[in-house]
Amino acid sequence: MIDFELEPQLVNWLGVYHATAEQLMRPISRQFDENEHEEPWQFWQMSWAGSRDMAGVPSDHALTGSRNLYTCLSTEELCWGDAGLFLSIPNPGLGGAAVTAAGTPEQKKRFLSRFRGGKPKWAAMAITEPGCGSDSAAITTTARREGDDWVINGTKIFCTAGLMSAEKSEGFVVVWATIDRIAGRAGIKPFVVEHNTPGMTVVRVENKLGIRASDTAMLSFENCRIPLDHLLGSAEVTPAGGFKDVMATFDATRPIVAAMAIGVGRAALDFVHDSFKRNNVPLRYGISPRRLTAMERDFMEMEMQLKAARLLTWRAAWMLDSGMRNNLEASMAKAKAGKAVTLITQKAVELLGPLGYSRKELVEKWMRDAKINDIFEGTQQINQLIIARRILGYSSKELN
Amino acid sequence: MISFDLNDEQKMARETVAAFAVEQIRPAARIADESGSIPADLLAKAWELGLVRGCLPENIGGYGDPRIAVTGAIVAEELAYGDLSFALHAMAPRLLAFPVAEMGTELQCSRFLPPLAADNFVAATAALMEPSFDFDPSEMKTTAQWVSGEYVITGAKCYVPLAAESEVILVCATTNPGLGLPGVEAFLVRRDSPGLKISGREKNMGLRGLASFELTFEQCRVGPEDRVGGEHGIDFSRLLSETRVGMAAMAVGVARAAFEYSRDYAKERKAFGGPIATKQAIAFMLADMAIEVDAMRLLTWEAASWLDKGNDALKESYQARNYAAAAALAVADNAVQILGGHGYIREHPVEMWLRNARGFGVLEGLTIV
Repeated sequence: MIDFELEPQLVNWLGVYHATAEQLMRPISRQFDENEHEEPWQFWQMSWAGSRDMAGVPSDHALTGSRNLYTCLSTEELCWGDAGLFLSIPNPGLGGAAVTAAGTPEQKKRFLSRFRGGKPKWAAMAITEPGCGSDSAAITTTARREGDDWVINGTKIFCTAGLMSAEKSEGFVVVWATIDRIAGRAGIKPFVVEHNTPGMTVVRVENKLGIRASDTAMLSFENCRIPLDHLLGSAEVTPAGGFKDVMATFDATRPIVAAMAIGVGRAALDFVHDSFKRNNVPLRYGISPRRLTAMERDFMEMEMQLKAARLLTWRAAWMLDSGMRNNLEASMAKAKAGKAVTLITQKAVELLGPLGYSRKELVEKWMRDAKINDIFEGTQQINQLIIARRILGYSSKELN
Repeated sequence: MISFDLNDEQKMARETVAAFAVEQIRPAARIADESGSIPADLLAKAWELGLVRGCLPENIGGYGDPRIAVTGAIVAEELAYGDLSFALHAMAPRLLAFPVAEMGTELQCSRFLPPLAADNFVAATAALMEPSFDFDPSEMKTTAQWVSGEYVITGAKCYVPLAAESEVILVCATTNPGLGLPGVEAFLVRRDSPGLKISGREKNMGLRGLASFELTFEQCRVGPEDRVGGEHGIDFSRLLSETRVGMAAMAVGVARAAFEYSRDYAKERKAFGGPIATKQAIAFMLADMAIEVDAMRLLTWEAASWLDKGNDALKESYQARNYAAAAALAVADNAVQILGGHGYIREHPVEMWLRNARGFGVLEGLTIV
């Protein structure tokens, strides 16, 4: 039955995330924005101790079977706190998602069990290259078999948590590389490269517009040797084999990125709401829209857009939890949320005037943080392309 | 618990109404728009689906189905997907039947509902909007003043569907100007009441198949027994929310029709050696339209589900209605744009949908879930 209401126990569970966002993230938000590349170890230690996987599933009660939806809900709360810090939280991250999507049961156990204890750890995913971003089928990084090893050569960029995963913790990086250039997409496979593997180097860490608390690394692989069983899944080159796994990862991660955007958008919206309240700006729901002030109209528009994005996101996550194919809906959620929140945060800066533009408050930061959500994990345009192909019944050859 | 699953009844309702809309309503839509009338035989068929009597109580002849706003929204979307004028006409009797069944006294139910639960289509309607640029349901200008044992209604109403053929009209008027929404009550006014004048049929940009009328009230007197809900009156905020969800749902139907038609056209129409749908400029427009159709539906369902839980849904239904009105217009406009010159020609339905979609940002209270 159609229902949009969260159960009381779920609301309580989210309250814990909200408290984390409010008490642990917001107070240090500005500090780690102004001082890019500084490492928020105190926050990391607390979040690592508090939960092995802060963006994970509630394990303390009966709410199971809705993993993706709950991840979206907790993600929204934490990104309401700070999207950059959220991305920096020690956890399996996108590297873990790749292992889960493409790995064998034995590999999942081998690579993921480290996140159950010990020191904080990270795992990252490396797909993008200097010469290819959205067109990930054009990957040039190679993996060549030499005896009992794979030898990886190439350069990866825009690797979230790349520094922490590759060098500064006992984590790993999942590198997508081709084992057969002629086979195109089918030849692209995911490989787990352990931290500090000789041949893997962090070339630099990027300076960014926003989400500055999260490290974005450039990694180079020069004759980087890894054991054969670090290839996730099968080495067999089958049509759409390896690339299918990348896509499967996106179906789960796009709603999460949409939820990140929504968290940032809600932070901006809440801030505007509070300042309206303090200044006695009314919000008259129910009256003729033609009689609203420009301020009311703008605010209500932002609020509606945010809700539309959230409902599309919940649907995409719910479908995945229900075992349905959600490729179209995941892209819809991501496209809507990326654009809507970009505009919401820009409007928030405008509505708050000098207060919005000032670095004394966080609104300008949220506008900078929001923008990435319309870019990473598939740009607006890539998601439009995916949606268009699906609704038109076109292949990537027919519509590109 | 979050769920996007329709239950079996909803799936069945959608399937039945969708088939009717595609097979029967849509083919008659253009003729209705040009001729200004809805064919009686189609109305009779729609009546048989139980759109009005289905949710009326069994003791007065209805089927006694529970009234569920989400189901109402699903049905409204499908009907409007066929044709908006038809949808509003076929559902108009609900405008009187549902508020009376939900908020009326026992006596009112037994007096006014049986004809609406009978075997043939019977016109009934409600008068909410007023002919003024600053019309606002929270500052209604039509008043009902209590004068020596009677209510005296004074004011003007517009966009009253089927007013000329309805025996009784549910008229919204404020008994306490300045009180806002809580001051608004509903009165069951007979069409031939002294003081009530029904103008000639309205001429509008869209909704041309729907017969709607302007009403003027000059010292129109009704007894206290004709105030819906008697001395308790009605929950006008809820009534308004129910109509807004209905309008939002119909906006989804119109938008979906325009989206699907232009999508199919873009796959057929060739330019520069291939279908125009293979060009990103067109394909991306369609992608955005697809997102908006789904977004407006989800906002509508959310507001509907809020109503079904018995909650105050004034804000949610307002959001759904405002979002859907803007999105329907944008989607219909894009559909015309995708068809280009052909979209502007009356041979294709998209220009009609654009005219109809423009109405959603203007109109209030023409249907109810």
